[in-house]
Amino acid sequence: MELTALLVTCLGLMLLTFASLYRAIVGPTPADRVVAINVIGTKTVVVLMLIGYIFQEVPYYLDVAMVYALISFLLTIGVARYIERGTIV
Amino acid sequence: MIATVIGIAFLLGGLFFFTAGTVGLLRFPDALTRMHATTKCDTLGAGMVLVGLMFFEGGSMYLVLKVVLLIVFLWVTAPAAAHYMARAVYRTQGRDKHAGGD
Repeated sequence: MELTALLVTCLGLMLLTFASLYRAIVGPTPADRVVAINVIGTKTVVVLMLIGYIFQEVPYYLDVAMVYALISFLLTIGVARYIERGTIV
Repeated sequence: MIATVIGIAFLLGGLFFFTAGTVGLLRFPDALTRMHATTKCDTLGAGMVLVGLMFFEGGSMYLVLKVVLLIVFLWVTAPAAAHYMARAVYRTQGRDKHAGGD
């Protein structure tokens, strides 16, 4: 029962990730693409945690998920600065 | 048993909020409104799924504390990133759009 719920949530999030990929590819402006990639990053963090609980190896996947969340945040900040000012630094 | 049921309810609630955020991302007409939908998806959806995971077996107290740390990190960074991105969009595109009307 637990494993079924974890698998259903994991597969649902993967389908939603592919749905968000449509906006990341087609999106009219760069801001739409960055918003879509930001949401894909959050879904990836949650899917990593679900995979860790499915395979019963939570510590390793938890560290990977925390580092991925940090990198996704830095990506959004960098692209936002580039859109606003024209340079990153 | 009751903890498992509560955890599954949290997982399905988080999946519902992720679905709502993705529908908003695909259907809304503007970058700012899409950002409004996806921020709900980030905070409430990810928060509910990670809270639901804490009810399941397979982790010690230390791991539960690290999951709480991940939730707090997501709750701090997702609105900050959305605010920064919205400010960039407003200063580059919104200025031209609002210049004539207002």
